Amino acid sequence: MSIAATNAPIGQSERRTKAKRLVTGRGRYTDDVTARRVLHAAFLTNPFAHARILSIETEEAAGLPGVERVFTGPDIADACNGWTGNHDLFPKLDSPQQYPLAVDVARWQGEGVAMVVAETRAIAEDAAALIDVTWEELPAVADPVANLEPGATVLHPGKSDNLALELRLGTDAVDAAFERSTLVLEESFRFGRHTGVPLETRAILAEFDPSEQRLVIHQSHQAPHQQQELFARLLDLDEQNVRIVCPDVGGAFGIKLQFSGDEAAVAVAARILGRPVKFVADRLESFTSDIHARDHQVSARMGFAVDGKITALEVDDIYAIGPYSIYPRASIMEGNHVMQLTAASYTVPAFRGRSRIVYQNKGLMGHYRAVGQPLGCAIGEVLLDRAARKLGVDPVEIRRQNYADLSAGPVTSSAGVALEGLVLHECLDTLVERMDLPELRAEQTRLRSQGRYRGIGIAGFIEQTGPGPNYYGKGGIPVSAQDGCVVRLEPSGKARVFSGATDQGQGADTAAAQVVAAALGIQADDVRVTLGDSEVCPYGGGAFASRGTSIGVEVAWRAGRRLRSQILELAGALLQCDAEALDLRDGQVIELATSQARFSLEDVARIGHFRPYELPEGFQPMMSAVEHYVPRDKPTVVGNGIQGSYLEVDVETGIVSLLNHWVVPDCGFVINPLLLDEQIRGGVVQGIGGALFEELVYDDQGQLLTATMADYLTPMAAEIPDIDVTRIEKPMGDKTLGAKGVGEAGTAGAVGAVLCAINDALVPLGAGIAQTPCTPARILTAIEQARNE
Amino acid sequence: MDDVFDITLTVNGRRVSRRVPVRQHLTDFLREELGLTSCHVGCEHGVCGACTVRVDGAATRGCLTLAVQADGAVVETLEGLSESGEIVDLQAAFVDRNALQCGYCTPGMLITAAEMLDAKQPMSRADIRTFLSGNYCRCTGYQAIVDAVETTLTARLAEQEPSA
Repeated sequence: MSIAATNAPIGQSERRTKAKRLVTGRGRYTDDVTARRVLHAAFLTNPFAHARILSIETEEAAGLPGVERVFTGPDIADACNGWTGNHDLFPKLDSPQQYPLAVDVARWQGEGVAMVVAETRAIAEDAAALIDVTWEELPAVADPVANLEPGATVLHPGKSDNLALELRLGTDAVDAAFERSTLVLEESFRFGRHTGVPLETRAILAEFDPSEQRLVIHQSHQAPHQQQELFARLLDLDEQNVRIVCPDVGGAFGIKLQFSGDEAAVAVAARILGRPVKFVADRLESFTSDIHARDHQVSARMGFAVDGKITALEVDDIYAIGPYSIYPRASIMEGNHVMQLTAASYTVPAFRGRSRIVYQNKGLMGHYRAVGQPLGCAIGEVLLDRAARKLGVDPVEIRRQNYADLSAGPVTSSAGVALEGLVLHECLDTLVERMDLPELRAEQTRLRSQGRYRGIGIAGFIEQTGPGPNYYGKGGIPVSAQDGCVVRLEPSGKARVFSGATDQGQGADTAAAQVVAAALGIQADDVRVTLGDSEVCPYGGGAFASRGTSIGVEVAWRAGRRLRSQILELAGALLQCDAEALDLRDGQVIELATSQARFSLEDVARIGHFRPYELPEGFQPMMSAVEHYVPRDKPTVVGNGIQGSYLEVDVETGIVSLLNHWVVPDCGFVINPLLLDEQIRGGVVQGIGGALFEELVYDDQGQLLTATMADYLTPMAAEIPDIDVTRIEKPMGDKTLGAKGVGEAGTAGAVGAVLCAINDALVPLGAGIAQTPCTPARILTAIEQARNE
Repeated sequence: MDDVFDITLTVNGRRVSRRVPVRQHLTDFLREELGLTSCHVGCEHGVCGACTVRVDGAATRGCLTLAVQADGAVVETLEGLSESGEIVDLQAAFVDRNALQCGYCTPGMLITAAEMLDAKQPMSRADIRTFLSGNYCRCTGYQAIVDAVETTLTARLAEQEPSA
């Protein structure tokens, strides 16, 4: 019997309870939460990339009927501590102090400058339009490469240049390795700036009770405990008096993992006014003030021996962030990922990496789904394909022969990634089979003779998921790597779960219910899960870095197992037998020797809660269990996977039609296949968005040109093909369930697969492209360039 | 100070009269005045489809419709469709197929899909994808939604076939 079968409902495609509610229109998102005497906030934002505020006249706005108060940057800064997006592991990063609203100088278009609080949002917006600001426009720092040059305009006064931080990895031995290489390929990659576009925009409702100095916030957010700590610290409140509730969250993807100035200003206003204040960003505010991601220019060099073996790799990245490093998590990780995860699954004998993180007058840069993983994947895979073509090696073979050799145990890549327990060859072999690669190649060749350009792309990726405490903890950043979980037995014999994990639709609640149900021998529907409340849930990290399954579900399993032991102790005391002689199955306490049911779980629960006098003297029934779990033995759970893309490029229009897409993810131990597959598919489509459509285009004055959903293109149903997902599953681990997060796996590999496929399609034209999104115009330019060469 | 206008309309089968600011769009009216929060605000310029409701039987962008334009109209939201049981099969298919994650697009998606199903015409997956392309979903990647709609359509078409 398989492990999954003995531990049902683990491994089953349980449906989500929350989904039943959401399909009937009973979702309760932050804007659906109301409060008596609530006021609404609207912001006047900086219309320039970079400008000094010479004066702000608010009198007319404040006089508009229905306006409660107008706040300027200094008004809010007086009541809120400032912050810096720094990180103790990178002491050279010295991001300047920030306040909720700009004080003196505004440094990106869309930065909040003043806030109106009024009876309705409409009145607040009317009033915001009456605020009169005298601006002195300052030069925009909007080109990361030019602004690294000596003599460039420096964004922050007192700094000598615009370099926020330089990261370096590897050694100079790479130079000699390149010299010895048969083939050295070099390419400049550009990855466009994009963002997560959760359909529900950022939203907050803040309520302050001065009598208790208590702040209660409903917020559309992924990490309530992080927010509790930050609001307490910035507003000088006691942490136990700050409560963050995250109701239903309408998409997050890392966009709702950050701390935002407008949201801080709302909390300050609620405190000053003693009335609830609500702010829901509109779509324009989302595009300009949500965190952005990517925006990298990467010069990459890869050396090869004659047989296709990689000899050397150099990755030189320019990571163009905003005017500040993001608070509290810092704008570093993406640069690190680009360096570390390029060709990470391959043996690279010599490596050197650099990432220069550059300030600019554009939106802030944070941690969008998969962070830099898709970029590292794309760079390595595109170069590998080119080498295969030049050397006449099959693209599948060149991957196979370069895979890191894990047969003798874990290895560390030359960029410092610990590779352990990966299933590289199995994923590749499965993908080749699922794609029916020989047939696809034949079709491609056939159609090329008819002037149709189809491409096949394969991209393997490495993911770093479920991180331990090393990165944020040692960085002095108050982000919890551990999750706590309480499981409580109700008198009915059914259970409640309270956990520090959070859910934005992934199904973290359902998965927790499944493992607790398995531990207690009940049904998943018998378990009610409460997440996203910093007051009632045990402390935890919430949702980031695909940690929900490997940490959040793990701790639920452990807490469920602990409660199970406590229940068996109680039953053993009742039956005057050893707890080990008993089991919990189908809502019953079973005597193992006879397989006979002795009590129902409900009987035991009612005795524990209401009739403990039936128990031996002195026995204390323990009706709840708590566990905490943090991965201590490794920095992250490293997973892998591979994706395939089949597409056609119309060489007259430059339009790409996606025909098929395949994913083979390494999932470890699977809790819920249904939820897993849909996480993968959703992630793939976000990756496709970055590969083909989505771009935050700024002009050279730092003005965002794509700030509506009509200009910023996200994938729609018609452009997306069905996506074939074939899971590589592994049995439960020894010490943990062995589940791996897959929330980012889809995104991590999709960009590389699509980019490789487009390049493959363009081979007969001698053209290539190394820029995302691969818009029709860029593809046509690439074809045109090749024609002229 | 807003210009206002008196409107009377039928919402989810009930007659409703309100004095509304002329600049208020239907989505804000349904949410703020009537508490019908299944109608979501996504972009407020008619692109994302999260605000889709039914006006006089047709799937309509609530954010591009002023409340005053709905004077005299019959408006249905997902609350109404759920109460009547009209799309209970489609809703069950969405849950069964996990055709939603965060659920924010779901009310609009269901109302658009319901309009497609009402046509009672066989449709390919590509047709379904095209029909749903005015409704953004950022979580699912669409496939599960297409599956759920296709399953419901197939079942409804089978039901209406005359028994042999």
